[in-house]
This record gives sequence, C-alpha cells and structure tokens, in this order.
Amino acid sequence: MRLAKAAALPLLLIVGAELWFRGPGAGSESLAAPSAAFAAIVEALGDGTLVTATRQTLTAALGGLAIGASAGLVLGFLIGLSKTAIALSTPSVELFRPIPSVALIPLAMLVFGFGYGFEMSIVAFATFWPCLILAQAAASQIEPRLMEVSRVIGLSSTQRLFKIVLPAAMPRIFVALRLAAGFALVVAVTVEIAANPQGLGYMLMIAQQSLRPELMLGSLIWIGLIGWGVNAGLNALQGRLFRHQQVAGGKP
Amino acid sequence: MLARPPEPAIAFDAIRVDLGGKTILTDITLDVKPGEFICVMGPSGCGKTTLLRVVAGLVQASAGKLSLFGKPVQGPSRKVSVVFQDYGRALLPWRDAAGNVALALEAAGMPRAEQRPLIETLLAKVGLKDHAHKFPGQLSGGMQQRLQIARCLAQDPEILLMDEPFGALDAMTRQQLQDEVLALAAERNTTVFFVTHDLEEALYLGDRVVALLPNPGRLARIVDVPLARPRNQLATREHPDFLAMRRDLFDMMHETH
Repeated sequence: MRLAKAAALPLLLIVGAELWFRGPGAGSESLAAPSAAFAAIVEALGDGTLVTATRQTLTAALGGLAIGASAGLVLGFLIGLSKTAIALSTPSVELFRPIPSVALIPLAMLVFGFGYGFEMSIVAFATFWPCLILAQAAASQIEPRLMEVSRVIGLSSTQRLFKIVLPAAMPRIFVALRLAAGFALVVAVTVEIAANPQGLGYMLMIAQQSLRPELMLGSLIWIGLIGWGVNAGLNALQGRLFRHQQVAGGKP
Repeated sequence: MLARPPEPAIAFDAIRVDLGGKTILTDITLDVKPGEFICVMGPSGCGKTTLLRVVAGLVQASAGKLSLFGKPVQGPSRKVSVVFQDYGRALLPWRDAAGNVALALEAAGMPRAEQRPLIETLLAKVGLKDHAHKFPGQLSGGMQQRLQIARCLAQDPEILLMDEPFGALDAMTRQQLQDEVLALAAERNTTVFFVTHDLEEALYLGDRVVALLPNPGRLARIVDVPLARPRNQLATREHPDFLAMRRDLFDMMHETH
C-alpha cells in the first residue's frame, strides 16, 4: 500500500508524458517519450556502451573519493583533536574551500591531460573539504562526559583515542563519507560534460549533439538510478554499522 | 603512646573553589571516615556537584587542601570512581553491557581472559546477569544506571562518588537502587560520597548528612543520622527520629535561604 502510494505520482507522470509524445508532442526534436528513452537505454546496455561509460564514471568518482575523503577525514580528525590546530587551520580552510571545484577544470586539464587523473583530481578536491570540516567537527564535539569518564577510569591517552574518541566520532565520520560520495558522482559527471571525453557525462553530451533526445533522457535516468543506489547502499551500511548509536547526536 | 586515629578517607581542609572569577565554594572543612556513607545535599547552585568533582580530581581547588587517605589529590585516580547522573551520556553506546564494564578493567591493564569471570560476577551483582550482551540503548534507565555502578565497582574503588545518581529515575526504581547501593557499600566497606538535592534520600542513605547553602556554596550544617541499619524503605522513613531530622533540616534550609 505504501509502495503503491509512493509510485502513484511518478507513474501518472510517465503515462501522461507517454500520451503527450504519442499525440500532440510527436515529432519533438528536444524531448522523447518515456518508452523511447527506455528502449534507447536497453539498446545502450546491449551494445556495451552504457556499461563502459558507467564503469568509467564510477572509477573516476570512487577513485577521486578515495583520495579526497581519506585525506580529508584523516587530516580533519587530527585537526579536530586540538583546539590550537583548529585555530591555526580554519582561516586557510575558509580561504580554499569556497573555490568551486569545477573552476579547477582548466588547470587540472593542463596538468593531467584528458583521462582519469584529470577527473579524479577534481573529484578529490571537491570531496576533500566537506570531509575535512565534518571530521574536524566529529573529533572536536565528542560528548564531554565520555572524556571525563575516560579520565576518572584512568585510560591512557592512546587508550582514550582508540576506545573513546575514534568510536565516538565514527558515526559522524561516516555521514561525512556519505555526503562526499554524493558529491563525487555529481562532480565526476560534471567534469565529463564540461571537458573529459569519457563516462556517462560524455555520453549525455554525444546524445545531445547527435540529436538523440531519447538516449539523453535515458542516460539521465540511469545516472539518477546510480546515485540513488550508491546512497541507499551507504544508508543501509550506516544503519548496520551504527545501529546502537544515534548519528545525529542528542539523547541515545 | 596514644593509638593514632585512622587517616580520614576524604579530608577537606579549608577548600575554596573559584570558577570563572566566581567563588563557587568557600571554607569547606570536613573529614569523612573510611567506610562512611556521607550525603551532601543542598539547593541547586550550592556547589555540591563541584565539591564532588574536586574529590574526583576533575576540578582543582583554588585554595585549601584535599587529601584522600592522607595523600594529597593530584588528579583523577583509579581508587576513586564516579557514578554520574546522566548515565545515558556516561556509558559507551557502541559497547554492550559487558563491554562497558570491561572498559574499567582494560584501563587497569587486566588480561582479557581474567576479565570475563569478573564481568559476569559484577553484572550479576547489579542484577544484569541476563543482559550482558545488550547495548545501553536497549536497557531501561534504571538498568543503565546499574550498569554504570557495575563499571565503577570494576575499578574496585576505595571511594565511590555518586552525583545525584537516581535523580532521573522514577520513584520505584529509585528506592530499589537506594537499597542496592546501601547493600553494596556495606558489603565492600566502601566510603561513599553521595550528592543529592533530595533531603529524604540524604537522610535515608547517610551516616551523616552535610547540608550546603548557596551563594557562595558553604557548609550549613552536619547532621549525624543514628538510624538503625539495614535501613528499610517503610520503617526507616516512618521512624520518629527520621521525621524529626527531616523537619529540622527542612526548616533550616528554608529559614536561611
């Protein structure tokens, strides 16, 4: 029943669009009927072009995420442990963070040329900052009572780091990773649309330039599905890993 | 030669605490005997929790001297354990009940193989034998507070500090836990320093009740509670002496306030 309610509006829109493009909208050169988009995506799956493009985009997005997020999370966590480090780093972070990642496309293209290095470097830059800031917050906002418990109980500072600070910060660090994964996909496709001749973004551009709106729309929906899948997977993982911890903070 | 009296478990000598330029406590002088159950009560803002934190080594006294069994306090010590009021924040949500108790043993560097039987005994002692693998989020408030007490006992403390430990619990659970703590303290002969804002709780539990008054926090009165032990939730609370002391302290708190 819930599923039926959730599906009602999208189904209605699809049927409406289908009727429109079979009736008054037939012959449109910029848009296409849902059935045509579906057929185009099945065809692209069949001839392997979609699989290749998907692999390229995911490789670039995940590779860039691995570099950007691991650097950002580790550095952010370390900075978050010390008030002095926070004070020293915040001005520089605020200076570099607002640079739009796509503004680095010309520079990265010069340095790396077309290909994975180019795309990954931009994804890494884009995911580094949110990870840095969120990991810093996670490390610096650990329940003060837990820190007192660790002192009263007599934990050494190494024990405190591994038994209290890291596990307490983990749920928030995972949230940072989840957000960054979303950014990574968006930025990878953007770079492909703007400059890098590979992956799903490039496939979109080619479909547009060769006046195949049905393939363009089909790819668009495909990208949406991938984004949804990545997020749903990470959500499920988060629920599994931290089922005893409230992620947003507040009363456990 | 005269036999020397035993060193007091906690000796406050003219303790003053200033925090943020404000005097929170002043001129606190008090000796707590080993094995004594002492209750500190007073209205909010009288500095009773701060006094406990001084004993715990979490807050440094601005003036005066504090010694535990004759040794000056340098900071937190494993011989002193603290039961915090907000059990929900003091327990590690990512560890189950057994894991939370284990934390105290890990701090003491006990090998894992020796930990297991001890954890079982401690959990059984606080009535959580069948809940060793539940996480704090799956336990009721009373059970979480029992778990925190078990973790404190794992430290094998000489002094147990309790900061309004039952303030957030319902009346039934509260009375149950009062009796359990009394039994545990008697069994181990632990010195207990119990902070509460509840006058009746202080009288019911304590060998002595220390009443503080606020602005700045200072000693108002120290009352001996010569009621028979073991105490009983009905008989003790209905005893004429209990009622007389209750009235006396109640009037005192209101007159001088």
